[in-house]
Amino acid sequence: MATASHTHDEHGHGHHDHTPGFVARWFFSTNHKDIGVLYLIFAVVAAFVGVGLSLLMRIELQSPGMQIFADGQAWNVAVTAHGVVMVFYVIMPALIGGFGNYFVPIMIGAPDMAFPRLNNISFWLLVPALMLAVGSLFVGGAGTGWTLYPPLSNATYQSGIGPDMALFSLHLAGASSILGAANFITTIFNMRAPGMTLHKMPLFVWGMLVTAFLLLLSVPVLGGAITMLITDRNFGTAFFDPAGGGDPVLFQHLFWFFGHPEVYIMILPGFGIISHVLSTFSRKPIFGYLGMAYAMVAIGVVGFVVWAHHMFTSGISVDTRAYFMAATMVIAVPTGIKIFSWIATMWGGSISFKTPMLFAIGFIFLFTVGGVTGVKLANASVDVILHNTYYVVAHFHYVLSLGAVFSIYAGFYYWIGKMSGKQYPEFWGQVHFWMTFVGVNLTFFPMHFLGAQGMPRRYPDYPDAFAGWNMVASIGAYISVASFVVFLYVCYRTFTSKEQAAANPWGEGATTLEWQVSSPPPFHTFEELPRIR
Amino acid sequence: MRRSIVSRFAGLFATCGVAGMSLLHGASALAQESGAAGQPMVGAPHAWALGLQPAGGVVKEAIHDFNQLVLWIIIIITAFVGALLAWVIWRYRADRNPVPSRTSHHTLLEVAWTVLPVLILVVIAIPSFRLIYWEDRAVDAEVTVNVTGRQWYWHYAYPDQGNFAYDSYPIQEADLKPGQLRNLTVDEPLVIPVGANIRVITTGQDVIHSFFVPSLGVQKYTIPGRTMETWMRADRPGTFYGQCNQICGTNHWFMPIVVQAVPKAEFDAWAAAAKQRFAQDGGAPAVTTAAAPAEAGTQVAELRR
Repeated sequence: MATASHTHDEHGHGHHDHTPGFVARWFFSTNHKDIGVLYLIFAVVAAFVGVGLSLLMRIELQSPGMQIFADGQAWNVAVTAHGVVMVFYVIMPALIGGFGNYFVPIMIGAPDMAFPRLNNISFWLLVPALMLAVGSLFVGGAGTGWTLYPPLSNATYQSGIGPDMALFSLHLAGASSILGAANFITTIFNMRAPGMTLHKMPLFVWGMLVTAFLLLLSVPVLGGAITMLITDRNFGTAFFDPAGGGDPVLFQHLFWFFGHPEVYIMILPGFGIISHVLSTFSRKPIFGYLGMAYAMVAIGVVGFVVWAHHMFTSGISVDTRAYFMAATMVIAVPTGIKIFSWIATMWGGSISFKTPMLFAIGFIFLFTVGGVTGVKLANASVDVILHNTYYVVAHFHYVLSLGAVFSIYAGFYYWIGKMSGKQYPEFWGQVHFWMTFVGVNLTFFPMHFLGAQGMPRRYPDYPDAFAGWNMVASIGAYISVASFVVFLYVCYRTFTSKEQAAANPWGEGATTLEWQVSSPPPFHTFEELPRIR
Repeated sequence: MRRSIVSRFAGLFATCGVAGMSLLHGASALAQESGAAGQPMVGAPHAWALGLQPAGGVVKEAIHDFNQLVLWIIIIITAFVGALLAWVIWRYRADRNPVPSRTSHHTLLEVAWTVLPVLILVVIAIPSFRLIYWEDRAVDAEVTVNVTGRQWYWHYAYPDQGNFAYDSYPIQEADLKPGQLRNLTVDEPLVIPVGANIRVITTGQDVIHSFFVPSLGVQKYTIPGRTMETWMRADRPGTFYGQCNQICGTNHWFMPIVVQAVPKAEFDAWAAAAKQRFAQDGGAPAVTTAAAPAEAGTQVAELRR
């Protein structure tokens, strides 16, 4: 640790006693809490793009016929950008970069992340990445779906610079994720305070550890796949072009080898947050802690060997389908352990229904709905008629848009007092929860019906029989967007609040280390390392 | 305030449960409706429908049965989790249970909720395995059709009925006749005989498309450089609608599929006539691009090669 204290140190060298100036603090930051805050702000900014695109899409789908999009290509570009922005620039930065950076070091009693400068560049790589992704929208975009399957993503069918910008954007986001993952793994393995054994680690840290491993092992595979795609597009290679000896299905394997762990990357940190919130507001320790931790490890491990369940209609052999079907269903077991352990955590508790708890309880139910439809989709036999339909759209929005986003909101309400020193307004928090809960269910539940009836995804116009439920879904989407506005109002009220948040506003149920320090925590959280009993 | 939150939660869970039940009833009602014999069947989506499209043949019927099993199981599981949550919310709220217990382990319970899901999964997996192997290939296929997805129409070939081939284009909204379904109607349907196992060979030419007919329980990608096999069977005469189901460019939403199932004699007559009608194609198998210039409809394919 540095001993000198320069107030304005443009090179970001060590500060000990007091906060550096604005530029040094926010642009050359090496402080995990400040970088975490930057990530959270980044996620909210990106959410404007992601939510805005979904609003446009629901306006288009509100009734049959082309409404506001010029043609199918413009629509495909919007669909792609919505997926990419939400996955890479909203959910991952909020959960991993934001809450992960802010709370992992505090929870394990570490002074900071292991590599503070690496941490800084992880964040700043995301800024040009988002700029490339959004910029590509203005030069034609990529109308491929976020899965980027060639040959549609080849230069022949997606000309122009838009798809290349989107691919470079993913490269930058991927580099950012890999660096961040290395940082988390090193931090968690090496910088735990004395007494903080792996089996005493808070579950959020466990979730982040498994997530970091998934990122480290899966994102390079995406990097390889999109590098080959870039050279196919620009330098005449034919990795995925059968005319040159390549294979489009190879891309699908590579993409989903990354893409399936990616969905657990988006939910495992959320699992951790939900565990903390439930334990806090039930005033009870987590039920079955070890089972909870190793269920996440199991989900992470098995999550790596199930990727081809996204490819049941891609012509993989029937034996391969049988294997991937079985492996996929196995994931329901550790997921079930988590759901039941959460309920058992609440069982016998003394539950108070503050906003974070509402989001956590909502999470459990909605994640169950998304989980059981996942079991159905895992069966290749019935996936034949559900693959690529709105049933799939409903399924993954239940686990992500409702699952991951609810966990982000739970984390926000749980920790905003800790992070900002100001407490959120409880009434508006609850308004936000109920509007979101009603809105997202109204949006996504009817999609099960549309999918069962065979409505394909990524359609700007659809046969008239699908009109009814699409109208319902659009109304739900408008309520959801309105709830996002309420969320922004909650932010405004929180940050302009005069009320100082207590170090621990939640009482005896909040046991992790972040509640032992002031709100907000000092610039350097621990002057000396805490000892864990 | 707390009480009202609890009751609203419970109300929402109940709503979801009712929706789930109606989903089930909707599905079975549709299945019954499809059982009516005599009238040619229309396999198309229905407004406000909740379940699967009615089955037009054995494959889809088998999928229906399996779907019904899984649907019951997942509805029961969801209702069970919802009921547990509702009970916990009601029973263990702070003003009813001010002193929390400190229980954090129960080995038997943890073993139970690990083993029971495994058993449920086995119950699902056994019929599912049987079904995927049965769905995989046609046994004694009477007719083979080659299906090629192209931007943005379908190309069908009948190698065993005189090796003719033709294109199937969507009908623009302005050209629809009364009663024709918007975005689902084509000029030349894929015609098959009723009650025969149809081998479907899919190949791709430009980008990936997906041959998807929900009411016949069939879906397969058409991938360039690959030849893949699946099968279908229509057990009732009728018209079965489907749509391209893999994003394939700007008109992805406008390349419908129509399968028309007719009695065997009618099919033979149609095939004989079609052989004459599409003779100028030179009987080009779907994959042979060399024959493509003869067709007006293959400009996109030419652009690529």
